[in-house]
Amino acid sequence: MPDLLLDIKGLETQFKTPDGIVHAVNGVSFGLKEGETLGVVGESGCGKSVTMLSVLGLIPSPPGKVVAGEALYFGQDLLKMSKDEIRDVRGAQIGMVFQDPMTSLNPVLTVGRQLEEPLMLHVGMSKSQARERAADLLGLVGIPSPKDRLNDYPHQFSGGMRQRVMIAMALSCSPQILIADEPTTALDVTIQAQIMDLVKRLREELGMAIIWITHDLGVVAGLAHRVLVMYGGYIIEEAMVQELFANPSHPYTIGLMRSLPRVDEEKGRKLQPIEGTPPVLYDKPTSCPFAPRCKWAVERCWTENPVLDNISDGHRIACWVDVKTGRTR
Amino acid sequence: MASSENNILLKVEDLKMHFPIYKGLIRRQVGAVHAVDGISFDVMRGETLGLVGESGCGKSTTGRAILQLYKPTAGKIVFDGTNLVSLKSEDMRLMRRKMQMIFQDPYASLNPRMTVGEIVGEPLLVHNIASGREVDEQVAHLLEIVKLNPSFSTRYPHEFSGGQRQRIGIARSLALHPSFIVCDEPISALDVSIQAQVVNLLEELQEQFNLTYLFIAHDLSMVRHISNRIAVMYLGVIVELADRDTLYEKPLHPYSQALLSAVPIPDPFAESKHKRTILQGDVPSPVNPPSGCRFRTRCPIAESVCAESRPEFRELNPGHFVACHFADRFL
Repeated sequence: MPDLLLDIKGLETQFKTPDGIVHAVNGVSFGLKEGETLGVVGESGCGKSVTMLSVLGLIPSPPGKVVAGEALYFGQDLLKMSKDEIRDVRGAQIGMVFQDPMTSLNPVLTVGRQLEEPLMLHVGMSKSQARERAADLLGLVGIPSPKDRLNDYPHQFSGGMRQRVMIAMALSCSPQILIADEPTTALDVTIQAQIMDLVKRLREELGMAIIWITHDLGVVAGLAHRVLVMYGGYIIEEAMVQELFANPSHPYTIGLMRSLPRVDEEKGRKLQPIEGTPPVLYDKPTSCPFAPRCKWAVERCWTENPVLDNISDGHRIACWVDVKTGRTR
Repeated sequence: MASSENNILLKVEDLKMHFPIYKGLIRRQVGAVHAVDGISFDVMRGETLGLVGESGCGKSTTGRAILQLYKPTAGKIVFDGTNLVSLKSEDMRLMRRKMQMIFQDPYASLNPRMTVGEIVGEPLLVHNIASGREVDEQVAHLLEIVKLNPSFSTRYPHEFSGGQRQRIGIARSLALHPSFIVCDEPISALDVSIQAQVVNLLEELQEQFNLTYLFIAHDLSMVRHISNRIAVMYLGVIVELADRDTLYEKPLHPYSQALLSAVPIPDPFAESKHKRTILQGDVPSPVNPPSGCRFRTRCPIAESVCAESRPEFRELNPGHFVACHFADRFL
């Protein structure tokens, strides 16, 4: 496919711990198209954050290590770049927003100083140009009287405001791609609605591609064009957003949707939880990682790990069983 | 719902909880955090009352003040006919058998140096209800009730996952056969697929033991699922209280309306048609709350009267209470 902005192939990341090697990401492949918003869904420990951190060269090593795969950005492999090269990509061409805005801002520097830094470093602006652009950026993300707020420190901003600052920072060098790792999880719902509204507006104005990592299916439904569902370090389902919600096909995705209450749900519906707990990945799974919790598991699921395969155009799942018919593939 | 007086298990009247702020060399009091500022509500026997609101709105403080974990600044808390605020500490200790709490963080609320058996059995020893082998028997029974293997009682909390730890916390809260449990965000620290397991367990236990819950949460869809009636809090006050369907179908307070519309729906079709009310700005500081109506600084329909007088918490429809000068508009 020619129009891929980012093309990840066979990514594998491991962490060495005192208890053994944790296989956090086990061969993940996906592409990101220009202007598209890709939602990545999964529970804690499913490898969704580690995947993105690996792509950006942000895995602390040791203990972490990207052991296989490539991440092509305009034909260049991000995983083979030197520290200096990847730093030029990060910030300038790929912006990032993390979950906790307080720990990702430097508490002893003013917000203005932190916004100016990437502009001077990556774009080569002068101090005064950068200052002006920084004020514009704060205005862009909806912070009132942006010029005055440049001199404030992060603690003088509220949680939602800090996340806006983080977004402004990620956007400062007009990146092609914005990677957002649970950016609204620490925020209240009304503030989350503000931030999602902002991101939708900016996406239209700036035309960037977004990778949005979350555990909240509601957020994905409102924001994403295409969705990856991850479990146990694998992508287990991939589809366009309407298709995924209309026709969830992997037992894990189906289970997730059934276990959710909805604000608009009918009365007296009993939640159907997924029994058991998510896997701890000390061994690279040789069978389906979801098999121990799966209602539909057949013998093959315990001996052979299913590969991601097309079930219809653009809809892929990693499962041996066709849940609708009960037949094995 | 029948709301005759003897159906009321817990009556909270004009509860206030202010935390003083001290400053300077002689630690003079310079102000107070108005965490809870005059709220009144009833909890009926056997029901689940949901208490929702955003962080800092005072919902957890309310739960703790009810259990007398804080000494309230003002107000009455009448549990089963007894005003808890005026009880001596020994009498309050006895009352605690009937009222228990399940905490938010299953990692912080279990002592890492105690075995599961010690944790679950401790209330029995503290209250001199059982001793020796009886404790072990009861612990085993309690673990079975929360669907954990009784043989786990010799293990330590770190050996368990978040969902299992929360079950241990629930077993501990059930040890004294309480009639009332404050659930303070019991599922918000858990993974999505585990949340439903714990919620289903809470529902089953409620039926089995005829429990009454005060369910504190910020996840509005889960609150709707589990509650009979729901109170919405904003900056230390209850702005609306109604049974769950009324509240979700026809919220009368502008804050409840905005809060409900902000919840993302896991359905792309519904999402694309959904019109969102997006509130401007942030929640003001509870040290200096706005005059009059607390919500007026972010309210889309505020007028000058909202700054002048505090709206009364009034019953607009039977069982539907709202604190807004203009709520009649939405009737």
